[in-house]
Amino acid sequence: MDAVFKALADASRRELLDRLRAENGQTLGELCARLAMTRQAVSKHLVLLEEANLVATVRRGREKLHYLNPVPIHEIAERWIGKFERSRLQALSDMKQALEAGDE
Amino acid sequence: MSDKPKFVYVIYIASTPDKVWQALTDPDQTEKYWFGYRVNANGKVGAPFIARNPGGEDFDKGVILESDPPRRIACTWRPQHDNDRHERPSRVTFDLAPLRGQVRLTIVHDDFDEGSKAFESISRGWPAVLSSLKSYLETGRALEMSARDVDDKSCAAAAAEAGA
Repeated sequence: MDAVFKALADASRRELLDRLRAENGQTLGELCARLAMTRQAVSKHLVLLEEANLVATVRRGREKLHYLNPVPIHEIAERWIGKFERSRLQALSDMKQALEAGDE
Repeated sequence: MSDKPKFVYVIYIASTPDKVWQALTDPDQTEKYWFGYRVNANGKVGAPFIARNPGGEDFDKGVILESDPPRRIACTWRPQHDNDRHERPSRVTFDLAPLRGQVRLTIVHDDFDEGSKAFESISRGWPAVLSSLKSYLETGRALEMSARDVDDKSCAAAAAEAGA
């Protein structure tokens, strides 16, 4: 679990996860094309994310495809958020979204 | 249809490939961690892949495409929800690999129809089932949850946002 928190404690790595959430299965090249980071930096971040099991990879021919693996985040949520708290938290989150949307 | 898998999930479980294989294919075990579903995937290639829900209702989930105990099992996956029942079955593959006293379980779910709705329920189902499987094998106790928990509004909203 330390590896997961360490991996998440970096804005660039969170951005990479967001990119994968928007479009799963991207290659390193595809991920680099839309980021203001060097290929080497993206590659290093991906290694850390893969070590934390937040990114899963699949080889397809010569390409390596990257996938957001939400399983470790689910485990964290299960550890601290019980079955009965989920609906209350969702109500609060809905309220926040509704109120903030109203301000726009 | 894209030739790229839609979902790839990986989980590390402190167990042996044989035990993970048993847990994935034996209905007496799936019942304990898989939302109470009795999933029978013990058949040979071509055999039906049947799941019985906690209400005792059998439904056809698909057909076993590959079975190589305790390394790999693949089956077709027939959607069961009202909004996706008409869709062509997708395909799910489980790969089990021993790794330093653990098992690396990889689930690849692909072969969805273009514009498929089935992947929305799958994207919230698998992480829950896998976490529960891990708890079940490592501690003997699965996570407390039902299919309703992952089908609830919060998950539906998250999936809709992810799909947007």
